[in-house]
Order: sequence, then structure tokens, then C-alpha cells
Amino acid sequence: MAQEIEALTPYARSLGITIESWEEGTPILSVPFDKMVEGRPEHYHGGATGGLLETAGYAALRAELGRQGRAAMLKPINITVQYLAAGKSRTSHAVGRVTKLGRRSANITVEAWQDERTRPIATAVMNVLMTDPDD
Amino acid sequence: MSEDARKFDPSKAIPFLAGRGHAGWLGLQYSDHGDDWVELELPWREDLLGEEGQRVLASGPILSLMDMASGMAIWRAMDDFSAIATLDLRVDYVRPAREGASVFGRSQCYRLTRSAAFVRGLAHDGDAGDPVAHIQAVFMKIAAAPRL
Repeated sequence: MAQEIEALTPYARSLGITIESWEEGTPILSVPFDKMVEGRPEHYHGGATGGLLETAGYAALRAELGRQGRAAMLKPINITVQYLAAGKSRTSHAVGRVTKLGRRSANITVEAWQDERTRPIATAVMNVLMTDPDD
Repeated sequence: MSEDARKFDPSKAIPFLAGRGHAGWLGLQYSDHGDDWVELELPWREDLLGEEGQRVLASGPILSLMDMASGMAIWRAMDDFSAIATLDLRVDYVRPAREGASVFGRSQCYRLTRSAAFVRGLAHDGDAGDPVAHIQAVFMKIAAAPRL
């Protein structure tokens, strides 16, 4: 399964995001706390948390498309991020769920957490456009 | 309020705010500001690309750029550098940014209450009349009284 999903984007790799594990065919991503993600001292920058959520959303969509044998170029339509708690100076994790997969667009919900998965630090809803790679 | 009376000057605050951490890694720079808005520049970088096979900036850095410009617009509008936290941020990506171009993020704080700050803004790659993204966000003042 892991080898069927395309590699993370250059942006995601550059930020230090990796695929930590797989859960029922969906990748769980993580990013270690580092200067590259720091906003106010010892806390995640809201943009870094948003970048992790967005990357997890795309990864979940690519995994689902792979399962269905579909090839598509992904283009962002929009994202809405809810910040629920401060991201502290430790590893953050995120996983996405494809809520609706249409022919041209997908709706994805994503959650990020640190110590306890049941207490998310941020959530997101994303809409992604899928176009034919040959276009 | 005259320029001299303002305590929070975005052009002077940028070396401190973007000289380290996530904003420093992105290389955010000061571009312009007004009484209630701030514009920052995100220079083009090969390692910030999105989808393989497309020469397009990833959407994550635009989200970070807009979060940072919004926070600074709020400090500018409040004229106070106090702790704030993003509560909700929406980004609509209306078109891809041009290859090789800097992306500029301009955000305006259009409403301040005791507890909350409301912002809206856009990202463009040289022409603010032809944006690449629009944003809306709400920030909370961390130490403020818990009523709106």
C-alpha cells in the first residue's frame, strides 16, 4: 500500500513531515517539533500546523484514489482550519478522511493531535479538485 | 494617529518576527503596510513546491504567509504587540501562483473587539488585482476578558 502512494510533496519533505504509520490503508503523518515549525517560542506556528493538516488531507486522498486505481492531478480549492489548542514543543500527528469522493472534486476532513488522539489541537475541512493527468 | 505615535511598526518588527522559527525558514520579508493592514513577501523557493510534475508553489506556505500577515495586521490595528492565537482560517486558492514569482500576502484587520480580531486578505504574485488566493480569519486575544 505504502509504495502505491506518491511521495510527499517537496514542501512537506522540506518541513520534516513523514508517513509515521498506516491505518486501514490511510497514512498517519507526523512532524517533529523543530525551529522550522516554531511560531511563538516553544509553540507551533499556525501555518506549520495548517501545512501538516493539508499534507495529511492530500495523502488520504491519494491513498483512496490509489485504491480505486484512479490517476489524477490534485489542485487545491480551499481549506478551513480550526485551531483548538496550542501546539506545544513535541511531535504532532495528523490523519485525513475522504468524506466525499466525486468525479471532479473531493471533500476531506483532517485532524491533528499531539499526546492524545481524542484531544485534537486542530481540524480542517478541504475541497480538492481532481483533473486528468493527461490534460 | 500619526505614524510617529504608533508603537507597532511592521517594517521594524519583521527582523524579530521572521528572523527565526517557521517564518524565518520560509524567508518571509516585509513588503508594505497601512493603518490596519500588512503585506509580506514570500520569495520563490524550489523546495516549497507542491504536486510532483507541476512547477507550482505548495498551498501550505501561502497559508503560513497569510497567517503571519494577518497576525501583524492585528498588532498594527491594535497598536499593541500582545499575545493572539488563530482560531479559524479559511483560504480559497483561486489560481496557481506563477513559477518563479514571489507571492505577496496582504491582510487587513477590519474589526477588533475585546476578545476577537477579524481579518480578510489576499495573496498575489505581483498584481493585487489578480489574486492567487483569498482568506478570512478570526484570531483570539489570549489574555483578554472572555466576552466579545
